[in-house]
Amino acid sequence: MKETIIKVEHLYAGYHGEAIMEDLSFDIRKGEIFVILGGSGCGKSTVLKHMIGLLPPVSGRVLIHGQDMITARGKKRNQLLQQIGVAFQNGALFGSMTVLENIMLPLKEYTRLPFDAIQTIARAKLKLVDLTGQGDLLPDALSGGMKKRAAIARAMALDPAIVFLDEPSAGLDPLTSAEMDFLIMDLADTLGITFVIVTHELESILTIADNTIMLEKDTKSIIARGAPEDLKADASNAYVYQFFNRNPERDKKP
Amino acid sequence: MADLTVDHTDTLLFFAFSGRLDAAGIADVWEKAGNGLRQGNGPALAIDLSEVDYFDTAGAAFIAHLDKMALGRNWDKTKITGLDSASTALVERIRKAGPEPSPDTTAPTGRARSFVEKKGRSVADFLYDAHTFIAFLGEIFWAFLSSLAHPGKIRWGETLRVAEQAGANALPIVALISFIVGLVMAFQSAIPMKMFGAEIYVANLVGIAMVRELGPLMTAIVLAGRSASAFAAEIGTMKINEELDALTIMGLEPVRFLILPRVIASTLMTPLLTVFAILVGILGGAVVILSLGHPFVAYYNQVVGFVSWGDFTGGIIKCFVFGILIAATGCIRGYQTSQGPSAVGEAATRAVVSSIVLIAVFDGIFSILYYMLGV
Repeated sequence: MKETIIKVEHLYAGYHGEAIMEDLSFDIRKGEIFVILGGSGCGKSTVLKHMIGLLPPVSGRVLIHGQDMITARGKKRNQLLQQIGVAFQNGALFGSMTVLENIMLPLKEYTRLPFDAIQTIARAKLKLVDLTGQGDLLPDALSGGMKKRAAIARAMALDPAIVFLDEPSAGLDPLTSAEMDFLIMDLADTLGITFVIVTHELESILTIADNTIMLEKDTKSIIARGAPEDLKADASNAYVYQFFNRNPERDKKP
Repeated sequence: MADLTVDHTDTLLFFAFSGRLDAAGIADVWEKAGNGLRQGNGPALAIDLSEVDYFDTAGAAFIAHLDKMALGRNWDKTKITGLDSASTALVERIRKAGPEPSPDTTAPTGRARSFVEKKGRSVADFLYDAHTFIAFLGEIFWAFLSSLAHPGKIRWGETLRVAEQAGANALPIVALISFIVGLVMAFQSAIPMKMFGAEIYVANLVGIAMVRELGPLMTAIVLAGRSASAFAAEIGTMKINEELDALTIMGLEPVRFLILPRVIASTLMTPLLTVFAILVGILGGAVVILSLGHPFVAYYNQVVGFVSWGDFTGGIIKCFVFGILIAATGCIRGYQTSQGPSAVGEAATRAVVSSIVLIAVFDGIFSILYYMLGV
């Protein structure tokens, strides 16, 4: 079994001291594609925000490489931040810069490489996500799927060990969504990146996830964990079964 | 168009509808049906819809509403006739669609607030807002000071871009406003002063007013309307697009990366624009004096002889503070943008209002300070 890269301990997730998820504990191993899933509005994205250190949790901690991002300051925090990359739901590309400049920005800020070296690296990242010709466009000129891919390229600019993706296939047509799935699997295989993905797209989950946890709003907790195929087959929890089999009729549970 | 005939018998209130029962049609008969029901004395309602030639969800909701009203008066079950099976099913479905959620009495929003509570809340909100605003201002000021120690870390390219947009590009509007202020002030004061043959002293008035007060104030207000709103909208849009989060995750603190260049640019450009505004304003005054037949050199000597370097420095020092206030307010309001389509507009409005209020307050503080210092 591979080493643990992210450790979440007794995390109470929420805003302003009010927990919407209680006592979450789970480990993410190096190199796996880990999916956090759950219904709309259950707090998946909030948990993600805690994990990437954007929002202090109500209580509990998240350790990345054994270090707590929330309490880390200064140099230590910057070192930790270089270990992670995040692609936000709508890309969050900087609108005033071209796609290539977006990818070059973290390289410029963190390395002392000469300009043409930075440009070469950034173009290579674009190639990885199949956006070779689009580097000189402004983000507005890209389609939704391209924006998400450009965001992944930017998240990988500093070759982080972990990449977090917020809803990578939301709002994409089935074909583009499938391409996104293949891209993620390809990057995980070739670069050994650990992916932490928040999503509720059933098809993607079944295709890409090595391991999942499922959050539920009512119980404010993890109601299932494990490989997605196992969750799909498991009929012991009605909600999990309904979710994986797209069957909202509560009275028709197995 | 729809029509309603109301009929009474001893045991029945009878409604016969005709025409189109859609949203527009209901409007014609809503009042009449409601009144008929209230005045009728039951004990049952019968509705005939056989003359209705169009019936949709709005009609079904209307019929269900009438039924509910009848039930509310403890009448017997309403008899509905003349509907095809699909429409009957529609009415049934709306009638059966669960009881409406009863308002949550425990929630604080569920009851009307008293005057005192409302005022208390708005004061508490105001204090909270002031608290976060001052804390944020302190953070920006601290970043500003520490960047002075490491000037290499400041993003000079972005600073210059903002300086051009918020400074150089504001020249025409600042010039226009100052020119008109100088001209109007000179013109209005020249009329009464001419009666005393003292119109040359208009130069003193325009000179001292432009240098000490109006030049800095007019420039600051124009910049508040122009730059503070632009900063708020820019940063607010970035916040909504999660770009601020993306910056934070890259280890590029938005305060250093976005706010500092704007604060520096605005702090440096406001005094420059003010110098320009003062000159143009005084020129505006000169136009009036020239038209009254005095030579320009007389006006010039009068201004230069009366306005001291102390007045000028006092006016310019204020502008550095105004510059910081305008940029910081714009950026803070942008940073506080909430979610939703109207949030950015709201942030821009709040930025303009807050910065004008702060400019007025600080102008007052400076007046008192200069008075005490004897400047």
